[in-house]
Amino acid sequence: MKPISGQFLEYLRFSYESLSANKIRFLLTTLGILLGVTAIIVIFTAIQSINAYVEGEFSSIGSASLYLDKFPWVITGNYWEFRNRPEITVEDYKNMKDRVPTARWVSPQIEAMRTVTYRGKSLEDVYTIGTNDQYAFTDDAITDIGRFFTEMEVYRANPVCVIGQNVMDELFEKENPIGKRIKINGHPHRVVGVLEKKGSFFGFNIDNQVIIPYTTFQGISFHRRGISIAFRADNPRDIDNMREEIRGEMRRLRKIPPAEPDNFSINQQDMLTEFYNKITGTSYLVVFIIAAISLVVGGIGIMNIMLVSVTERTKEIGIRKAIGATRRNILLQFLSESVTISSIGGIIGIILGVLIAQFLLSYIKLDASVSLTTIFIGYFFSAIVGIISGMYPAYRAARLNPIDALRYE
Amino acid sequence: MSDSHVIQISKLHKIYILGKTKVHALRGIDLEVKKGEYISIMGPSGSGKSTLMNIIGCLDVSTSGTYHLNGQDVSGMTDDELAKIRNKEIGFVFQTFNLLPRASALHNVELPLIYNGTGSSKRKELAKQALEKVGLADRMNHKPNELSGGQRQRVAIARALVNNPSMILADEPTGNLDTTTGEEIMVIFDRLNEMGNTIVLVTHEDFIARHSNRIIRLKDGLIEKEEIPEPAEENK
Repeated sequence: MKPISGQFLEYLRFSYESLSANKIRFLLTTLGILLGVTAIIVIFTAIQSINAYVEGEFSSIGSASLYLDKFPWVITGNYWEFRNRPEITVEDYKNMKDRVPTARWVSPQIEAMRTVTYRGKSLEDVYTIGTNDQYAFTDDAITDIGRFFTEMEVYRANPVCVIGQNVMDELFEKENPIGKRIKINGHPHRVVGVLEKKGSFFGFNIDNQVIIPYTTFQGISFHRRGISIAFRADNPRDIDNMREEIRGEMRRLRKIPPAEPDNFSINQQDMLTEFYNKITGTSYLVVFIIAAISLVVGGIGIMNIMLVSVTERTKEIGIRKAIGATRRNILLQFLSESVTISSIGGIIGIILGVLIAQFLLSYIKLDASVSLTTIFIGYFFSAIVGIISGMYPAYRAARLNPIDALRYE
Repeated sequence: MSDSHVIQISKLHKIYILGKTKVHALRGIDLEVKKGEYISIMGPSGSGKSTLMNIIGCLDVSTSGTYHLNGQDVSGMTDDELAKIRNKEIGFVFQTFNLLPRASALHNVELPLIYNGTGSSKRKELAKQALEKVGLADRMNHKPNELSGGQRQRVAIARALVNNPSMILADEPTGNLDTTTGEEIMVIFDRLNEMGNTIVLVTHEDFIARHSNRIIRLKDGLIEKEEIPEPAEENK
């Protein structure tokens, strides 16, 4: 067998001559593949861009920590069963904090949306967290200016606070906030630190927050609510042991008989990621089905046109065979023609898809991350469709008898 | 078997099966053509002329008998083997020219070289030379529909020549041309023969056949007679 590469350009030239003679037909035939590939590129790019965004968001939650909560973060099943569970309380925190050997840091967490004021300026709906000094480690709260509050300040219920960047920007402008007193729901708290900028989590501005000792939180809260307890191991590999320790201790504390299920949840960032992946996994499948259908339809279009083309060009095939074209030559000629059609459809589809994806994503203020993989997948599918749909027509052309073909008018 | 023979055919039979009827198109042809010969095959329609031409041209194979083309037995060859033989050994010239309509004259002439894998620049060079031989060097980039009938046939002759084949097989080459143009084409064949090319003409016109050195007359699938034509001075 002769290498194809040497004659590759010739086949392209044959395709060009043939396709340029039937431009309208060629464009219409291309349309099916074009739209299929456009759909693949738009949806793949959209999913990937959103994924990239979401992954970035999830990394803003402590990934090595476990959170003991009343509810699981992702609720599957009957909500009411979870609702009837007892709350996690500050008492639970006090009991648990020294009973989980693998947990190096433990922080109770209680939260509420509160109004924060400073010298007449006021900021509503500030995410207010009551916790202890170890929150700095369980939730990676790093201070940019000043410091986090101390164990002693928590113990003494000192009215101190650490504020987010947004709170600083809104209330202090150019003033140094350290040492100043802000009022949280009217209760004065002295600023000891400012957190580094964290950005946002699904549109929720994380920097719009205030962290205070949980011991003073009771004063600003009208009603008692359940809390959440964060545990963090020194070594992330101990996370599974830690989960078992927490579970065992909680069951013992609540005196749950062995046959009964847990009446609390131990949450982890992975759960959100897994849940999210499950959703996107489904959407990938939907995309795949839509794209597959449009590519099949496009492929049938190409096959149809190639069959017409083979019939119309019977004489040409006869001429080529008479002067020495082998079956393989004819087969490759028609295959490269169908691949050219589908590839051009694919390439235009890729360009169109990228443009549309960028346009759509700019609406939700996301950067389109068009990966090479996506482009490759788009092109790969269009080429495959070209080969598959060209196979039968090309085979028919290749086996034509030269005498009959030459006689064809 | 002698090397000086281009065609050696013996006891050639061809039977077509059309539904339930058998058509015995060739009933035992013996034919030898030497290198450099210029022969005509003549005969009324139904004489087996086209069948013989197809077999000589390696477009078809016989039912029985042997055919050696340039010393190679082509009787039992496969489709693809025959394609390669056609490419290498035979230059076709058809009544209806059979050029690719969308390709330029040059590209049409290049075609046989494309199929034998000649490199691009060598190919263009050879194709240009072939077009020069038929006097069409100035029409290389014209498409067939921009050329006259005579010019188209000259492109076809250039295409037949370009691979330097063992024989040129011309099927009614002047059938679609007026007498004057037809005569111009025949002059080209005469000149090619003088240059040493073996030519097999298939025609039903005596004044065309008279250009050749030997006329084979077919009738009912057999060679009826062979004759040496009188040089036709008035046509030369």
